[in-house]
Amino acid sequence: MVPLWSFLIVAAALFCLGVYGVMARRNAVAILMGVELMLNASMINLVAFWRYVNPGEINGQVFAAFIFVVAAAEAAVGLALVIAIYRNRRTVDAEDINLLKW
Amino acid sequence: MGDVVFAIAFWVFTLLTLGGGLAVVTVRNLFHAALFLLVSLFGVAGLFVLLVAPFLAAIQVLVYMGAIGILIIFAIMLTRGMMRLEHPFNSQAVAGGAVALLVFVGLVLVVTPLADEIGLAEVNIPAEIIEEDDPADVDYETVSEMGRVIADRNGFVLPFELASILLTAAMIGAIVVAREDEA
Amino acid sequence: MTFIEEILREQLGLSADLAALLIVFGGVLVVATGGLLTPIITIWLERKVAARFQDRIGPNRVGPLGLLQTIADVLKLLSKEQITPRDADKVVFFLAPILMVVSVVTMFAVIPFSPLAIGADLSIGILYAIAVSSLGTIAILMGGWGSNNKYALLGAFRVIAQLLSYEVPMILALLVPVLLAGTMSMQGITEAQANIWFVFFVPVAAVVFFISSTAEVGRQPFDLLEAESEIVAGYNIEYSGMQFAMFYLGEWLHAVVICLLTAILFLGGWQGPLVNADNVIGPILGMVYLIAKTTLLYFVHMWIRFTVPRLRIDHLMAFNWKFLVPLSVFNMLIVAFIWKLFPAPEEPGFVAELPRALGVLVGNIALVAVTLSLLQGYATRERQKVEGLVDETLYDPRAPRVAASATD
Repeated sequence: MVPLWSFLIVAAALFCLGVYGVMARRNAVAILMGVELMLNASMINLVAFWRYVNPGEINGQVFAAFIFVVAAAEAAVGLALVIAIYRNRRTVDAEDINLLKW
Repeated sequence: MGDVVFAIAFWVFTLLTLGGGLAVVTVRNLFHAALFLLVSLFGVAGLFVLLVAPFLAAIQVLVYMGAIGILIIFAIMLTRGMMRLEHPFNSQAVAGGAVALLVFVGLVLVVTPLADEIGLAEVNIPAEIIEEDDPADVDYETVSEMGRVIADRNGFVLPFELASILLTAAMIGAIVVAREDEA
Repeated sequence: MTFIEEILREQLGLSADLAALLIVFGGVLVVATGGLLTPIITIWLERKVAARFQDRIGPNRVGPLGLLQTIADVLKLLSKEQITPRDADKVVFFLAPILMVVSVVTMFAVIPFSPLAIGADLSIGILYAIAVSSLGTIAILMGGWGSNNKYALLGAFRVIAQLLSYEVPMILALLVPVLLAGTMSMQGITEAQANIWFVFFVPVAAVVFFISSTAEVGRQPFDLLEAESEIVAGYNIEYSGMQFAMFYLGEWLHAVVICLLTAILFLGGWQGPLVNADNVIGPILGMVYLIAKTTLLYFVHMWIRFTVPRLRIDHLMAFNWKFLVPLSVFNMLIVAFIWKLFPAPEEPGFVAELPRALGVLVGNIALVAVTLSLLQGYATRERQKVEGLVDETLYDPRAPRVAASATD
C-alpha cells in the first residue's frame, strides 16, 4: 500500500496549483477553475484521512459528498455571475471589473 | 503483486491529477484549460477508487465532469470573445507563484515524515498517522451505509437538508442573475 | 469462469496472479468487442425496419437479405480520406470521436447478460453506467468546438442544453427501481425482479426513463443536435471517413445500451422461466431472454423514431422541464411513500409481493389520471387561445372572396 502522506502531498500540490490559478489568471472563468482544483484537493484529503485513520465510520465520505454540493452551488452561481458581467460589460477580465474599487 | 498494481495505479492517477492541474493554470487557450480540468477531475476520481470510495468516484464523474465541467465549457463558449487575452496572466503572476510555492513547502513540512524530524508532528498530525500505510480493510459496499448515515436522525439529516436548501437557493440565484431582462 | 482459470493454471502452468490478469483482459476483450460488433446487426435491422415503415424494401444486394450491407459501408468509410479542417483545433478534433466510442463501450462493463456473465458487478453499477455515459456529452462538445465551424458549434450548444436537461428526469426515473430493489448493483436489481418485473409496479417510471434516455441518445424525435434541415448536420459536420463512422457507431451503440438498461431495470433483465445459475443451460437462456427483451424495446424505439416528427427546440425544453421533471419527481415521492406503507414480505414469492406491487401500481394509475386531466385542461386552454387568434374567413373556401382591387 501507499502511505497516507503520498495522498496528502498530491492534495497539497493540487491545492497550490489552484491557489496559483486563482492568483495569476485574469479570466474570471479560469479563476473559477482554480477554485475547483482547490475544492478537489480538500476532497482528496477528507477521503484519504477517512480511509487511513477512521475507516470504521463513514463520516469522511459524507463530508466529501457535501463538498460536491458546495462545488455545484459555487459553479452555478459563479458562472451565472460571469455571464451576467459579460453581457453588461463585454469582458470577463477580473482586472477590468473594478467599478467598486477606489 | 497487489501492492505493485496499487502503486502503479496511484502514480498514473497522480500524474493525471497533477499534470491536468498544472495545464489548467498554465495553458493559454481557455478551452484546452477546461479540458485539462476534466482530465484532472478524472484523476481525482481514480484516486477515490483507490481509497475505496466508489460512490464518490462515480459522483465525481457524473457531477463534476458531466455537469460542472460542462457548465464551465459552456461559460467559456458564451464568453469566447475573451478567449485570447493578450496577457492571460496578471501582473501579480510571479508573486502568486511564489505564494503557491510557499504554501506547498509549508504543507509538505506538515504532512510528510519530515514533520516528525523537525518536531512539527507533536503539534500537528501525529507521525504514526502520516506514515500509516496499511489501513484496515473496508468493504466496497459503502453506499448503503452512507445512505443510512445521511438519513439517520443522529447522523447527517440536518446538514443534508441544509445542503438541499443551499442547492435550491443557488439554482434560483443563478437563474435570476443570468436571465436576460425582459425589456 | 473458474474452469478457465483452472485450465490456465494447471495445463499451462501459469501463476495465480497471471491467470487472474489474463482472465480480466480476456473478459474486457470479449465484452468490448461483442459490444462493438452489435451495430453491424442493428444498423441492418434499423434500415430494414425503416424501409418497411416507409413502404420500401431496404438493403437487399450485399449478402443474403442485405445482411452484409453494413460491412460494405464500413469498408467504404475506411477507405475514405480523413479531412481535418485547416483551422480546426487538431488534437481536440482527433480525440472527440474516440472519447465518444469509449464512453459507450465502457458502459458494457456493468451489464449483466446472465446470472454469471457480467463484467464487474459493482455496488454502484447503475450509477457507473450513467456517469460514464455523461462523458459522451463532452465528446460531442469537443467535436463541435474543435471543428471551428459555426454549424458544429450551434449543434454543440444545443447538445449541452438538451442532454443536461434530460439527464434530470432520467436519473429521477432510474432512482425508482433502485428504491424498489434497495441496491444500485445491476445484478441486485435483476434479482429483485425474480417474481414480478418492475414495469408492472412502476410503469410511469419505465416510460419516463425510456423517453428521456431516447433524448439522451439524441435520436428522433429528439435529434435536434443534428437537425439536418436547420443546422446541416450539427456537431459532426466536419467529420469524414472513419472519424464520422466512430461518432455514428457511438450513437448506435448508445441506442442499444439504453434498450439494454431499460430491459434490465424494468423488464427483469435475464429473468425468465428456467433461468438459474445451477445448470448449464440457465446462463445461456438468460442471455437469450435479455436479448429478446432488448430487441423488443429496440423495435419500440425504431417505431417511435420513424413515426414521430422532430420537436422544436423550445418545445423540447418545455416538454422536459414542465412535464417530465415534475412527473418524475411526483412519481418518485408517491412510489417511495406507498412502498413504505406496506411491510416488506418475510420471504420472497409472487403472492407475498403482490399487495405491495398492487399498491404501487394503484398509485401510478392515480398519477397518470391526474396528469392526463391536467394535460387535457392545458390543451383546451391552448386551443381556445389559438382559436381566438385565427380569422376563420381567411381559411374558409366558401367564404365570400374580397373582390380584386379595382385598379387592375
